[in-house]
Amino acid sequence: MTDRRPVRSTAHDLARYAGLFAQRTKVMKSSAMRDLMALTERAEVISLAGGMPDTSSFPADTYAALMQRVADEACARALQYGPTEGFAAAARCIAEVMAEEGMTVDEGELLVTTGGQQVIDLVCKTLIDPGDVIVAEAPTYPGAVPTFCSYQADVVQIEMDEDGMRIDELEQTLERLEREGRRPKFIYTIPNFQNPGGVTMSLPRRQRLVQVAHERELLVLEDNPYGLLRYEGEPLPTLYSMDGGEFVIYLGTFSKILSPGIRLGWAAAPRPVLQKMNLGKQAADLCSSSMTQLFVAEYFASGDWREYVNSLVGIYRGRRDAMLEALQTHFPREAAWTQPEGGLFIWATLPDYIDTTDLLARALDENVAFVPGRAAYLDGRGGSSMRLNFSGSDETAIREGVRRIGKVVGEQVALYGTLTGAAPAAPPVVDEREAGQVAEQLADVLELPRRATDRRRGRAESDR
Amino acid sequence: MSTVAILQGGRSLERQVSLKSGARVEDALQRLGHTAVAIDVDSDLVTRLTDAKPDAVFVALHGRDGEDGTIQELLEVLGLPYTGSRVAACIRCWDKVLTKHLLRDHGIPTPDFHAFSETAFRELGAAQALPAIEDQLDFPLVVKPAAQGSALGIKFARATADVPAAIVSAFSYDRKVLLERYVPGRDLAVSIVEQEDGAPLALPIVEAVPEGRDFYDFEARYEIGRTRFVCPAELPDGVAERTQELAVEAYRALGCAGFARVDLMLREDGELFVLEANSVPGLTETSLLPQAADAAGIGFDQLVERILAIALSREPVRR
Repeated sequence: MTDRRPVRSTAHDLARYAGLFAQRTKVMKSSAMRDLMALTERAEVISLAGGMPDTSSFPADTYAALMQRVADEACARALQYGPTEGFAAAARCIAEVMAEEGMTVDEGELLVTTGGQQVIDLVCKTLIDPGDVIVAEAPTYPGAVPTFCSYQADVVQIEMDEDGMRIDELEQTLERLEREGRRPKFIYTIPNFQNPGGVTMSLPRRQRLVQVAHERELLVLEDNPYGLLRYEGEPLPTLYSMDGGEFVIYLGTFSKILSPGIRLGWAAAPRPVLQKMNLGKQAADLCSSSMTQLFVAEYFASGDWREYVNSLVGIYRGRRDAMLEALQTHFPREAAWTQPEGGLFIWATLPDYIDTTDLLARALDENVAFVPGRAAYLDGRGGSSMRLNFSGSDETAIREGVRRIGKVVGEQVALYGTLTGAAPAAPPVVDEREAGQVAEQLADVLELPRRATDRRRGRAESDR
Repeated sequence: MSTVAILQGGRSLERQVSLKSGARVEDALQRLGHTAVAIDVDSDLVTRLTDAKPDAVFVALHGRDGEDGTIQELLEVLGLPYTGSRVAACIRCWDKVLTKHLLRDHGIPTPDFHAFSETAFRELGAAQALPAIEDQLDFPLVVKPAAQGSALGIKFARATADVPAAIVSAFSYDRKVLLERYVPGRDLAVSIVEQEDGAPLALPIVEAVPEGRDFYDFEARYEIGRTRFVCPAELPDGVAERTQELAVEAYRALGCAGFARVDLMLREDGELFVLEANSVPGLTETSLLPQAADAAGIGFDQLVERILAIALSREPVRR
C-alpha cells in the first residue's frame, strides 16, 4: 500500500511533455550506467563506486554538543535566511582551511556555496553560453559531466600522465581552438589526487598552467576537495596561491574534511567573477544553509579541526595501502593502476578488449561495484578503465572487493586468451615489479604514450 | 475489487525500469479501485506474499527472475494467479537461443545464428570455429548474451578483430552467447494482448527509428529524444498485417499467455525476421506496449485491467 497520490497518466504523456523540455535536457547524460549504478546501492554489494568519505568516525557526542550550542546561542539565526555570500563566521573558517594549504584570502573574495558542486554549476552559469568551450582533464570528475552537459558546453579533454594534465597538449589545443576562432571560457582541473585519475599535477606544470592562463587571459577552475588528505610526500602550492588573484577560481569544500551532509563548499575568485557568481547563487538558492554554517563555525571554535582531518588521513592511508596491495595480489598482469599520494581514488586500466561497463554487470553478480571509466569522458573513451574508491569501505571490505573484481577480470582475460589463441596470462607475482616497470605501466593507465622509465624518480628531485 | 500484489524492482539490471513499470501499474490499479500492494522483490518475497494474501500477482519484474520463469515457478508453488506467461514460455522467451530454435522449428524466419557456452570456448576449442562462423554469418555480426532483457551487452563486430572482445562483453551477462547475422532494415515491435475469448490480439506496430546512430542502445531505449518511436509504423500495404500475423505465430509457438512483445526486423527487400519475444515487456511511459495499446484506443488502465482479468480467470497449475 502506498500513500503516493495516484497520478493521471496515459501513453501520450511523454509526447505531451517532450515538447516542453528545454534543449539542454536533451544533452543531459542519463544512461545504462545510471541504471547499473543504482544496483550498487544494494546492501550486500561492496561498493568501491561511490566517492564517500567515512563519516562514521566523527564522534556523535561532539555532533550533539555542537548542535546544542547552535540551538542555545543562535537558534533564530540558524533557522533564518542568511546572506547570499555566507556568514562572516563561516568565511573565517574557510580562510583558516585555505591558510592551512598556504593561501591567503580576503573574506570579500569568498562565496559560501551549497557544496563544491554548486561552484561548478555557478561557474558554468556565469561563463558558459551554449557551445562555449570548457577544457577539462581526461578523465575528468564524473560529477562535473552532467553539469557541463546541462549548460550545453563543448568539453575538450586533455590527456594526463603521472604529472597531471599535460600542459604541452593543453597549449596545442588552445592554439587549435584559437585558429578555429573558439575561445575556451575556462580550464577545469583537479590538481591534487585527481578524481578519478588519482594523479597530482607537478609543480612545473602548475607554474606553466598559471602562466598560460595569464598569457591568454583564461580562467582556471581549480577544484581542490582533497588537498588536505595527503598520505605521503610534500604538499604542492595551489594554483590559487600562485595566481595573485587574477585568473584562478578556487573551489573548496568541507565535504571531505568534515562532512558532505552539511552541503558546504566555497569559491574564492577575482571580485568581478565572484559578483556574477553571487547573482547566480541568488537565483539558484538565495543562500546556503544557515544552520550548517553556524555548525561549522561552532566546530572550528570548539577545538582543532585539524585533528579530525589527521585522523581521516590515518584511516584513508591504511585503506589506500590495502587497496594497492590487493590490486597487486588480485589484478592480472595486464592491468595497471595509479598510485595516488592522497585523495579518495585509484584509476585502473585493463586491456582494451575489456569493456568495464559490461564488466560491472558481471561484477554486480559477485556483489562488488566500481565506476566504469566511460563516466569520466564525454567522448566515449575510458571504456577499459575504472575508478575505485578506497575511503568509503574498511580495509577488509576493500581487500574482498578488489579480490572479487580481480576474479572477474581474470576470467575475462583468460577467456580472451582462449578466443584469440593467446596463451593465458600467468598469475601476477607479488613484489616483483621493478619501479621502472610500474612507471611504464602507469603511462598506459592514463592511455598515454609510454615515457622514459626513470621519469618518476627524476621528478621527485626536480619538482619538490 | 481485488487485492493485487505488484512484483517490481528486484536484483536484475533492469531494476530501475521495473520500478517505473511497477509504479505505473500500481497507480492504475488504484484508479481502478483495487487494493494494490507493491513489493520490491527481495529475499523476503514469500513472506510478503503470504502476508498480503493477494487475489492475484501482477508481475512487473523485468529481466532475470521476473522473465526467466523463476518468479512464475514460485507463484505456481504458492498457488497464486499471476499475469503474463507461465513458466515454460518464460524460459523459452528468456533464452534467445532457445527462442530462435523454436522459431526455426516452426518455420518462422529468424536471422541465422550460432550460439556457444563459455565451456565450449574454454574446453572444446570453439574459438577455432570462429572463422567458419564469420564466413557463414558475414560482417557486421551481432554478438549478444543469450539471456538479457535489455540491450546491455549487445555489440556489433565489424571485422574479425572485433569478435573476441564482443564475445567477452556478452559473457559478462550470461554463460551463453549468440552470434547472429545482422539484418539491416527497420526495427519493429508488435505487442500482443489476449482478448476476452483468449485469442491473441496484435496491437498496432511500433517502429523504433534511431536518430543519427547505427544502433539504438540501452540508453536510447528508455530515454527521450534518442530514438523516435512511430506508432502505428508507416508500412507498405499488407506489410503491417504480415508483421502482426508473424508476431502472433511466434507468440503461439513460444506458448506465451496474457501479453508479450515480439521484436522483428523488416529487411529492405520486405522479408521479415523475428528477433526475440519479451514475456514481461516494459510498462513505463516510454515503453512500447502501452504506446501500442494507446494507438489501438486501449488506455493504460484498461490495459492493466485486461491483463489482470486474464490472470484471475485462469486456474493456477497444481502439481
